Order: sequence, then C-alpha cells, then structure tokens
Amino acid sequence: MKINRSNIIISLYILFLMVPIYWLLNMSLKTNQEILSGFSLWPQDLTFDNYITIFTDPSWYDGYINSITYVVMNTVISVAVALPAAYAFSRYRFLGDKHLFFWLLTNRMAPPAVFALPFFQLYSSVGLFDTHIAVALAHTLFNVPLAVWILEGFMSGVPKEIDETAYVDGYSFPRFFTKIFMPLIASGIGVVAFFCFMFSWVELLISRTLTSVDAKSIAATMTRTVSASGLDWGVLAAAGVLTIIPGALVIYFVRNHIARGFALGRV
Amino acid sequence: MSLRLEDISLSVGGEAYIYPTDLTFEKGSMNVLLGATGAGKTTLMRIMAGLTPPSSGKIQWDDNDVTGVRVQNRDVSFVYQQFINYPTLSVYENIASPLRIKGARDAEIDHAVKDAARLMKLEEYLERTPLELSGGQQQRCALARALVKGAGLVLLDEPLANLDYKLREELRSEIPAIFERSGSIFVYATTDPEEALLLGGNTACLHEGRIIAYGKTGEIYHNPQSILAANVFSSPPMNFAWLTKYGSEVRIGGALTAMGGFRDLEDGVYKAGFRPNHMGIEPELNSVAFEAHLKSKEITGSETFLHLDHEDDHWIGLIHGVHDLPLDQDHRVYVASEHIYLFGVDGELKRPAPYMEGWF
Repeated sequence: MKINRSNIIISLYILFLMVPIYWLLNMSLKTNQEILSGFSLWPQDLTFDNYITIFTDPSWYDGYINSITYVVMNTVISVAVALPAAYAFSRYRFLGDKHLFFWLLTNRMAPPAVFALPFFQLYSSVGLFDTHIAVALAHTLFNVPLAVWILEGFMSGVPKEIDETAYVDGYSFPRFFTKIFMPLIASGIGVVAFFCFMFSWVELLISRTLTSVDAKSIAATMTRTVSASGLDWGVLAAAGVLTIIPGALVIYFVRNHIARGFALGRV
Repeated sequence: MSLRLEDISLSVGGEAYIYPTDLTFEKGSMNVLLGATGAGKTTLMRIMAGLTPPSSGKIQWDDNDVTGVRVQNRDVSFVYQQFINYPTLSVYENIASPLRIKGARDAEIDHAVKDAARLMKLEEYLERTPLELSGGQQQRCALARALVKGAGLVLLDEPLANLDYKLREELRSEIPAIFERSGSIFVYATTDPEEALLLGGNTACLHEGRIIAYGKTGEIYHNPQSILAANVFSSPPMNFAWLTKYGSEVRIGGALTAMGGFRDLEDGVYKAGFRPNHMGIEPELNSVAFEAHLKSKEITGSETFLHLDHEDDHWIGLIHGVHDLPLDQDHRVYVASEHIYLFGVDGELKRPAPYMEGWF
C-alpha cells in the first residue's frame, strides 16, 4: 500500500484519539503501586484485581445497575413521549406549532447545572429523592426535546400519503402507527434511543445531586472513591473501562444511522 | 351504489379551492376528472374519499349521508400519482393489507392476492419489497391493493402520470376492463384529454375549482358548451378568430366568406373556434381560406404541427403527414365551415360545429 501523507495524518489522528483510552486500560491492569511508582507503557505486573473488586463489591456493581436502570427508564420514557409529539409536529399544523417546536430546544441551551437545584428541592419535597425514576425524569427534560427534533426529521421524510393510504385501507390510527409507521422510522427510533442513552449515561451532575445511596449512579460512585488512603487509581480506571463498554455497544448497533441522527433526521 | 356530491365546496383560509359543486356518479360507471394541474382534481377526489372534509355540502353514498364518516369506514380505495406503498412490507403483504384489516381468512387472502398479482403481472415479485421494484411495478402494486379491497368507489389520481409511455398505454387499456368487472364507481383524474377520450365514460372538466362541463366524454369533447370547456378538453388548444356577420357578409378573422353554412346565423359578433386537427393546407369543399404567418413547425413521425399567427390570434395546426413549409412566410390554410364552432362574446356555445349534428 502506498503510504501517502493523508494516510499518515489519519493514522496519527487515530493514535492520538486512542491514547487516553489505551492509558485507561493500561492503568486498569496495573496495581496502584505500579501506577504511582513511575512511567510504564504496559503493565509490568499484570493484574485483574481491580476488575474483581468491581464485580464483587456491591458498592461498585450497584452503581452500574443503578445507572443502567435509570438510563433504560429514561430512554423508554423519552422515546414513548417523543414519538407522538414528533408525529404531531410533522403531520399537523396548529397554532404556534413552529414556535413551540423551536422553543422545545431551549431546554438544551441551559447547562444542566441550572436545573440541579430546582430538581433537588422538588424531588426532596415530594419524596422522589434517591430513586431511579427521579434521575430518569430529570434527564427527560434534556432528552425529550432532542428526541422530538430527531424523530420529526425522520417522520417528515415519510410521505403523508402513506398515512392516508393506510386509513383508506382501513387501518385505525394505533394499528397504522405501530404496524406501518414505526417500522418505517425504525432507524430514527434507534438513533434517538442512542442519543437518550448516551446523554443519560454520561450525565454526572444531576444524577449525583438527585441520588445518595439507593440509586447512586456509577459516575457518582467514581467521584466518591476518595478515601483516607487516597484515590484507588486502579479500580477507578477499571470502572472507567467498564463505563465505556455500554456506550460502545449501543453505538455499534446504530452506527449506520448515526450521521442522519446528527443531522436531526433531515437528510 | 351511487355517489352524490351535493353543493360540495372547500375553502382554506378564505381562498376557494372548490366552488360549490354537484355531481352524481352511478354504479359501475367510469368517470374522468379532466383539468390542468391545480384545477382541483385531487382536492375533489380527497373530498370524495373523506380525506379532506368539505367546507360545506353533503356527500351521499347510496342515499346515506357519509360526509362526516371516517375514511376507514368508507367503501373506498385510492391510488396516488406518486407510487405509494408500505415500504417495509413485502409486495404480498402490501396487496393483502386491506383484507388483513377486514379480518379475512388466510386462504381467502391468498386467493385474492394471487388473482390481483396475476392481473397486474406482479406474480414474480410478491416476496420483494416495493422499493425493489421499478416505478411501473410499484404503481401496479398500489393498483393491486386498490383492486383487492373491492371497494365501491375507486379513486385514481393520475395513476399513470409518472409511468413511461409504453407502460402507460398498456395499463390504460387494462384498468377500465379490470375495474369494470368489479362494478365499482370509478373516478379517474387526468390532465390529458386524450386519456379521457380513451377511457370513455363520463367526463367532468375542471377549471380553477369549478366543474365547467360534465357529461358523456365524447359529447363533452365534441360539443363543448363554452370556450373554457373547449380549451380544457382539447390538446393542443382550440383556435379562435372573431366572426362578424351583417346580412350576407360574413367575415372570419381576415377572411371574407359568403358561405351557406352561416346563412341562418343572426347578425352580430361571434367567436369562431376550430380544432387544430381540422385545419388543412389544401382547399376542401366549403372551406374558408385564411392567410396566416408561419412562425415555427414541429414534425412528429406522422404529423406536422404548425404555429401560425393570424391577425392577433395564435393558431396551431395539426396536419397529417410531413410537410416542409418554409418558415416566416404567409401561407394559406383552410378550415371547412362545418368544423367551425361558434361561441358568443360571453364565451358560451352558440352553435356547435355542424359536422357533429345528429351524433348525439
């Protein structure tokens, strides 16, 4: 293969991107002593103890279970709410529809930190503090508008005549929506699920504010490992590696549709 | 089975799309809606189907008022100009879908789908999805779905407009025969006057949201009741010239004639009209001669189109055979007086062209 300049640049770029991930993996397979003692490109004293700690210590693996629980709840709620909303925006004209559609996104213009305090106070006073649903609901504030935008783009790509043909054929609305329409925008739904999943999975501040023990997320767990003996570097790195995996899995399934998702379905 | 539109109209945001319209279609009839793009054909069909509620008026189906009835509960099928199918279902399931909804038995569905597929020559493609078919096959799939439903009212909105020439000819001759057997009411929208003539049945001419003529297709064509109707149902459009008559002197455009054909006419001013295919370049018995300036010509395989200026009017002549007439010169063209329609100054038909007398 001819080695030309663009190949070298791309290789360097990929290498540059891979370095932090490799270093994380590298650290997770070292002992704390080795991490702190000096520089080594690969583990001199290979150990899986860090991973064993995470899979055996409930205070660690509960973090994953909690995170996955509220992330899945959030994804399901967001998609379920966004589907009919996006359908309405794509198919009907109503008073103020354009404005409403635009202002939906303003929720995303504010940093999540802005909402941490009101959510904390509200959920504490109604007894939702430290529950999975609390975090899931809080995340829908950010995910539903984006989901509506992306789904609206995908839905607008489906000719309205298909809806009408289905009605003429005798389909009721729910049957048409589930049997004909949803399969048509399946890739859109996949992309939306991915976006919801990723936002909720990586979001730290709100999940940390709204949980303490029972629903503590993995990200929060990771920030609270500072003990009297200092940071447990190896375990923390192992937790980081395990945190990347679900995202990588999800991205693998929607990889072919992700570009259209970033274009909000409007391609 | 009959469909009756009573005083149907539609306006959106103060703009009239369909002016008050009355129409009746009988069982087993072929009805053509003819009009230019934007004349309101699709809108009128959508109202008939129940996809668009009319602003006023009633739709009667077998003497039942169905104006407010949901599309799902109407006995109707609809084929769009665009090829509309369910992209995620196989062709088989596409065709079967109206029957599945009705809850028909599998054997029954299989029988009906295979029958329809055979008619539409889709048997080989039943396992594919619609997007794996060519445009013509996609439209045949849509037609098969409409056929399978066995609806009492079949609405076809320019179903052949996006097909290539050969396929169009083929389907055009098949469609009426196929649906005639079903005994349904058939409504077929088209912009092509020739298509209307080939389909036969009844024709309603639409112009800017109004029905300007309705009746048997041949009659509407040969006896246009107004200049407007003559223009809608004529391709290329009819040619016109002013006609004045005082006593025995008759002047048509720039030509003086003392022909007997206009003897019974009252004195006055008329608009004379004749179809492009009635123009000739050789004199005939009783023909009026016009001097016209030839601007351009188009020669198809067997016909010659002449674009002529006669006084202030632009004329089109459709002459059989290939004729090599020099451009930018005055030529003498002939129109037999029996081919001349006379319209009043208001555009209403005053006297049909005599050649059609006794036909209807």
